[in-house]
Amino acid sequence: MKRLYKVELATKLADRVYEYWIHAPQVAHHARAGQFLILRLHETGERIPLTISAVRGDAVRVIFMAVGKTTEELATLRAGDSIKDVAGPLGKPSEIGKYGTCCVIGGGVGIASTPLIAKELKEAGNHVIGIIGARSADLLILEDEMRAICDELYITTDDGSKGVHGFASDALKGLLNERTINRVWIIGPAIMMKVTSGVTVPYGVKTYVSLNPIMVDGTGMCGSCRVTVGGETKFACVDGPEFDAHQVDFAELMQRQRIYTSQEKVLLERFAEHQCRCGEGGHHHG
Amino acid sequence: MGDRPADVRVRDFKEVDTGLSADEAIAEAERCLQCKKPLCVKGCPVCIDIPAFIREVAEGDFPGAARTLKEQNMLPAICGRVCPQETQCEGACVLGIKETPIRIGALERFVADWERQNGAELPKTARPTGKRVAVVGSGPAGLTAAAELARAGHAVTIFESLHEAGGVLTYGIPAFRLPKDVVRAEIDQVLALDVRLKKNYLVGRSVSVDELLGYDAVFLATGAGLPAFMGIPGENHNGVYSANEFLTRVNLMHADAFPEFDTPVLHGGRVAVIGGGNVAMDAARVARRMGAKVFLVYRRREEDMPARRVEVLHAKEEGIEFLTCTNPTRILGEGCVSGLECVKMSLCDLDASGRPSPEPIPGSEFTLDVDMVIQAIGTSPNPLLVSLIPGLKRGRRGNVVVDENGRTSIPHVYAGGDIATGAATVIEAMGSAKRAAAAINAMLREE
Repeated sequence: MKRLYKVELATKLADRVYEYWIHAPQVAHHARAGQFLILRLHETGERIPLTISAVRGDAVRVIFMAVGKTTEELATLRAGDSIKDVAGPLGKPSEIGKYGTCCVIGGGVGIASTPLIAKELKEAGNHVIGIIGARSADLLILEDEMRAICDELYITTDDGSKGVHGFASDALKGLLNERTINRVWIIGPAIMMKVTSGVTVPYGVKTYVSLNPIMVDGTGMCGSCRVTVGGETKFACVDGPEFDAHQVDFAELMQRQRIYTSQEKVLLERFAEHQCRCGEGGHHHG
Repeated sequence: MGDRPADVRVRDFKEVDTGLSADEAIAEAERCLQCKKPLCVKGCPVCIDIPAFIREVAEGDFPGAARTLKEQNMLPAICGRVCPQETQCEGACVLGIKETPIRIGALERFVADWERQNGAELPKTARPTGKRVAVVGSGPAGLTAAAELARAGHAVTIFESLHEAGGVLTYGIPAFRLPKDVVRAEIDQVLALDVRLKKNYLVGRSVSVDELLGYDAVFLATGAGLPAFMGIPGENHNGVYSANEFLTRVNLMHADAFPEFDTPVLHGGRVAVIGGGNVAMDAARVARRMGAKVFLVYRRREEDMPARRVEVLHAKEEGIEFLTCTNPTRILGEGCVSGLECVKMSLCDLDASGRPSPEPIPGSEFTLDVDMVIQAIGTSPNPLLVSLIPGLKRGRRGNVVVDENGRTSIPHVYAGGDIATGAATVIEAMGSAKRAAAAINAMLREE
């Protein structure tokens, strides 16, 4: 008896950025803001964590950037194709409460995590400000969705092609200078979270970041995802993935994200070669 | 037959012990005295009728022997390989007083392997009772309870959080000690009793606690999940693994076959494994098979190691270098491991466990030149599910508190295996699961 997790919808959102809806009822029915899932494409695949970006009926949405072998391969799947394994929801949900004014910030593909958090904060009675930032306008995702959820939405681009010319951290600094913000969530690449969360330190605003270290089982069994928070070792999969940004050792996180850099390169090259050969032969090997 | 030579077996992950032939098994079985009051059975946590199955082997009745084994134990090919028979059935064998005890484990394995190769016979199950039982975890305890409860006619669903069933049998114990096709075949036999297996279901997350508690009975067998770390500086350097992670990458995800399989693992040139238990031996021998020079660092003496003697022996034969009375104090490196700072230990007074208590010797510090460190110093119960169940009483170490029949503080919730007892052996987990299954059965019949 094989349980198949079917891709219901596959859309390209931007260069190398994809939106997938996957049929996974046990995940969809229980998912909360801040949680993730782990998927394995096939028998020889690795387990990779992806943030749950939205839920609709029996399906969950993931948004990812094709940067490694598994995400590249995932991006070749079409609606109707199946994924071997999907497990979740994993991790602790975001600490949603009635705080007053909350700011939810997404950087790049990290924007994927923001709608669920913003929505739950809104439902809890907060005034929700969204900031979404990307390198350029064409890489900006989920703008309409975030605009519909948030009370206010700010856009930043590194190259100034849309919204404010600059980083999300600049927009956040501007807001902190003019009014009281009670809680901040930041989701994006590690370096972006490090820089952006640094902005809230002088204002003493409680700030959460969602960490994305390398994982295997995602249930607390292996310790691959250990991170140092407030001088203590924590497992991102069961103690997180959200942590108090001001306590996180980002340098260690970034160093541990690079453990398998050379192996990842080997995998990706093999995959590119395989794709290439398949293309020449005009065949598609699912 | 017997162990393959060390220099050959370190080049692959095939089984070390090749097992008994039919003739060897019959000859070994014929040595059995068929004691009127068999001590071996008392030494068996799952109460196999050992003299009966050995008599059947001696008579060449292998199907009969298989039936006798499976009467009490649905995982005989696994137990025959990984049980510490020397301290259980074989340790109690009267022949052991004057000569060598009967090789009960080898015989159990022989019978189970014979049956698997010649077509397994399914045990009978009772008529359906209409009761639903949830088993959380598909390791040795979960599988055993599921089999017992299914045979009693209950509708059993096992929830497994990983993509493969088997728990530690699958992710923990390496193939050279426990081949994965053997594990799969015995799991399939349990599932053939109409047991439902739901993989990728993490109870407490993919299944709500309310839904779980809605079953007529629940058996928690989530295992000893969280790996312990020593708490020394440098522990989060790249190249430091818990044994759980290292073994899971290789055994479950097949990182030894990278890049045919997508999961990577670092190949250390010189690897230090910290610990003295079976898991430490497994990690050391896996690292050895991946081409490393391996040091096993243990703070007490070799004779104090909790590992089975045969595992210690196998590790030594395979060229693992033992550094005993040695304790690591710091992992060196700039981001990546470049060495392990250790101190020699002197062993003085006996401690609470009856073993000599190790004390560091001042000035004996030295650095071991290694590029990878694997910590195999134990695990603690995974708190995730048990902390989500309101009113479930837990012990100081986070384990679920149970009575001798596996009853927890919640009437229809039972627990067994490592989540209840703390880290122990496969067979102890199975024994506790059998007792809990019997109690669940009794409870469901009364209703």
